[in-house]
Amino acid sequence: MNAIGFPVLSTLIFFPLLGALFIAFIPAERPKTIAQVAFGVALVDFLLSLVVVFNFDPTKATFQFVESRPWITMFDMPVITYKLGVDGISLWLIPLTTLLTAVGILFSWGSITQRVKEYYILMLVLCTAMLGVFTALDVFLFYIFWEAVLIPMYFLIGIWGGERRLYATIKFVLYTMAGSALMLAAIIYLALGMMDQTRGLTFDLLAWYQVFIPPRVQLLAFLAFALAFAIKVPLFPFHTWLPDAHVEAPTAGSVILAGVLLKMGTYGFLRLAMPLFPVAVKEVAPVIAGLAIVGILYGAAVAFAQRDIKSLIAYSSVSHLGFVMLGLFALNAEGMSGGILQMVNHGLSTGALFLLVGMIYDRRHTRLMKDYGGLWRVMPVYAALFLVVALASLGLPGLNGFVGEFLILLGAFQANPWWAVFATFGVVLAAVYMLWLFGNVFFGPITNPENEQLPDLNRREVLVLVPLVALIVLIGVAPNLFLAPMQPSVEALVDHVTRAAMAMR
Amino acid sequence: MERFLAQNWTVIQPALFLTFTAVVVLLVDLWLKEEERDWLAYFSLVGFGGAGVIAARQWMATRALESPVTGFGGMVVLDTFSLLFQLLFALVGFLAVLMAPRYLERRHMQRGEFYALLLFSTAGMSLLAGAQDLIILFLGIEVLSIPLYILAGFARPRLDSEEAALKYFLLGAFATGFLLYGTALLFGATGTTNFEGLRNSAAAAEPRQNLMFMVGVALLLVGLGFKISMAPFHQWTPDVYQGAPTPVTAFMIAATKAGGFAGLIRLLYWGLAPARDVWMPLLAVLAAVTMTWGNVGALLQRNIKRMLAYSSIAHAGYVLVGVLSGSLGFVAVLVYLLIYALMNLGAFGVILLLEDGEREVLDLEEYRGLARFHPGAALLMSLFLLSLAGFPPTAGFFGKFLLFTAGVSSGLLWLVVVAVLNSVLSVFYYARVIVKMYMQEPVEAPAFSRSWLLAGALAVAAVGILLIGLYPTVVVQFIVS
Repeated sequence: MNAIGFPVLSTLIFFPLLGALFIAFIPAERPKTIAQVAFGVALVDFLLSLVVVFNFDPTKATFQFVESRPWITMFDMPVITYKLGVDGISLWLIPLTTLLTAVGILFSWGSITQRVKEYYILMLVLCTAMLGVFTALDVFLFYIFWEAVLIPMYFLIGIWGGERRLYATIKFVLYTMAGSALMLAAIIYLALGMMDQTRGLTFDLLAWYQVFIPPRVQLLAFLAFALAFAIKVPLFPFHTWLPDAHVEAPTAGSVILAGVLLKMGTYGFLRLAMPLFPVAVKEVAPVIAGLAIVGILYGAAVAFAQRDIKSLIAYSSVSHLGFVMLGLFALNAEGMSGGILQMVNHGLSTGALFLLVGMIYDRRHTRLMKDYGGLWRVMPVYAALFLVVALASLGLPGLNGFVGEFLILLGAFQANPWWAVFATFGVVLAAVYMLWLFGNVFFGPITNPENEQLPDLNRREVLVLVPLVALIVLIGVAPNLFLAPMQPSVEALVDHVTRAAMAMR
Repeated sequence: MERFLAQNWTVIQPALFLTFTAVVVLLVDLWLKEEERDWLAYFSLVGFGGAGVIAARQWMATRALESPVTGFGGMVVLDTFSLLFQLLFALVGFLAVLMAPRYLERRHMQRGEFYALLLFSTAGMSLLAGAQDLIILFLGIEVLSIPLYILAGFARPRLDSEEAALKYFLLGAFATGFLLYGTALLFGATGTTNFEGLRNSAAAAEPRQNLMFMVGVALLLVGLGFKISMAPFHQWTPDVYQGAPTPVTAFMIAATKAGGFAGLIRLLYWGLAPARDVWMPLLAVLAAVTMTWGNVGALLQRNIKRMLAYSSIAHAGYVLVGVLSGSLGFVAVLVYLLIYALMNLGAFGVILLLEDGEREVLDLEEYRGLARFHPGAALLMSLFLLSLAGFPPTAGFFGKFLLFTAGVSSGLLWLVVVAVLNSVLSVFYYARVIVKMYMQEPVEAPAFSRSWLLAGALAVAAVGILLIGLYPTVVVQFIVS
């Protein structure tokens, strides 16, 4: 099964954890060493994720690099398996996670000065948990990683966050927990209900895929799962935790939150909710698409009203993730692959935007737009990079955002032309708030004398941004490189959903 | 006659060993000087350890047998169920003793009685786990409780300790009354106090028709509900757990509750199994009330001992889900009680770690910034609290998962939904302590008292929580077989 000859996924997942353990033994008086080791670990892990990417067979729809061994045995039955695998849907999320972790850590070299050791340990533990979510093929294992992500993020926001960090972190944890609690009940209920067909209690996702769940159960179970995922995405109206958490989190925390954690929600729909409950999905797709469109417009409108750069970007995430959800629930190959690509795109561009905001915040300790203006003259490199990322975020052709949004709109149009019509307004609004932001910060005269002497980006900061910008351009000009490997899996999923729903008629 | 006696002794061997050690401890106490009193703890450790070894050996032997051994004319049974519970009691007792010496020493109350009473109480639990007769059930509960009435007031000059003892005693005596009256009514209704006899007569007649039987069952449940702090009979719990000396609270929260559950399961499934549809709906509703009440109560607390007391009420509600779920439920209950004991002993261990002379750090505000001064203590506390909240990959999550699986499999989906929502609620107050420790600025450096014995207990608890969380197969296989 494994083309490489060693359990690459396990290595990938647990290498950061080992790194974190190693850091625990470095004395806290040597923060520099700690930061360097942490970055080294993250970098090696990123390279490992590239090994996965380059060895991935893009022609197959099945799971690759599969590892499986019994983990929890009850009544002499391997009830819970430690099962991992990657397919076209999860493929790009893995390097996205490791890359954002690595640049997040590199960025933090300059801005984290307090309790350095704990910080890097938590960042690496978080990386392990996120990679686990994207590779787990056992529902129980998935749930464990899903919940485990909360703990490091809880500390990251709560310790290194902004002024209202305590409120934000508790809100974040409680919202997410509230969503996933019902999912746990549903998981247990499903596993017990399937016992006859799976020949014994099992949480193996691939075994679950083979079972047809009665439509009435599907609907209830879907709602329980969807609540957990919709809060994470976040789908309107479950988004209220997001602005608080994103704004209060330290920069690298915001990058990971927006770049990876939100994708856990959309990924959950793709990996669990859609294949397991196709009939229910088909039934509620219009509702979810409707909420997604409301989210696109609402997020964009509220983003425009922000005075704080970071919360503007936070609300723009609500809008962008609305696009992703719309693409997924168009339930056709165009929409879905556009949605998956847009998950990656949003991770890159919003991740980069949060990093950019963090860089200027570290210099001036304010995030209010009115404190800036005319920065183009003082910080040309910064301005240029900001422009590329902002244009990518608003969907300029030639950059990555365009490809994703275009495919999503194409898919949405096929599903229901009106969806595409309304969603298109979101694209327009994105241009409005992004350019407004850019104009406010970079154009015009320098109104604030404090901004006269701001140093431009240093080498490390450029190094943080370059890989993200390069990928933004690469995906923009050669989208097929990224779309092709996901195609077989996406088509298989669309096929599965359509056929199961047809069979019900 | 001799064989008869030998068999009887075998059946209560762990309890006998505990009682014997208790007497030895009391006698040895007479010859020890003040500074040699640690030997009392060592003797008690031998007592708990020995009882554990005996239970383990008997467990190995019993597994091979076709039918379990009974003694005293069928009043006490020695089966794997009872032995696993006895192993648990021995473990909890062992850890509780490790936590006690420094605490007692600082208050000049390191006396033989303390350890002897712990041992006596555990002997009562052992008896309870093997009960096959209402009389033994009663006897077990009394032997368990009376030492605890004394222990709760052991920090005698302290007012809240005396209050705890008095409250516990008065309400406990009241509960005993219920238990006794219930026993009498059941005897009146069926003509027997033996569980097998009860089972037969409940199966033969329609139990709902028999008012005396029904009232008897209800009264028994009140009495046992008191011991496991099931709502609405839990009112004593916060006051007693707050006032009692901390090592005693740790012991009570972990062991007494387990003992109560052992007795409850014995009564329900061995004595009243045919009347299942009488007690099942009643207890299911009470379980939901218990966990909600406990969690809501815990939300409002400012004192960490009191908060953990309320949390223990909530956990009693979770365990009840398992109690109502038949044989898969028993496995879940046993696993959960083990995990529950470890995380609570751990949390109380950390509280003991932070003592300043005779003053304990109990106000939540005093936990501010703990991570700055004592990162190890804060880390351990976080581990235990996260486990109590049921976060993976700690054992607390797996325990809840087992309980909920058992619950759903016996058709209690609604109760499980109530339980998962409750665990979300509980995150709020557990997380609040972590917020204080890690995310708020300290007011003053809390004290810290070193003790190797306590460190040992904490290590066992922490390793246990992580090990069971990451590789639960060990425990599950052990208990299922």
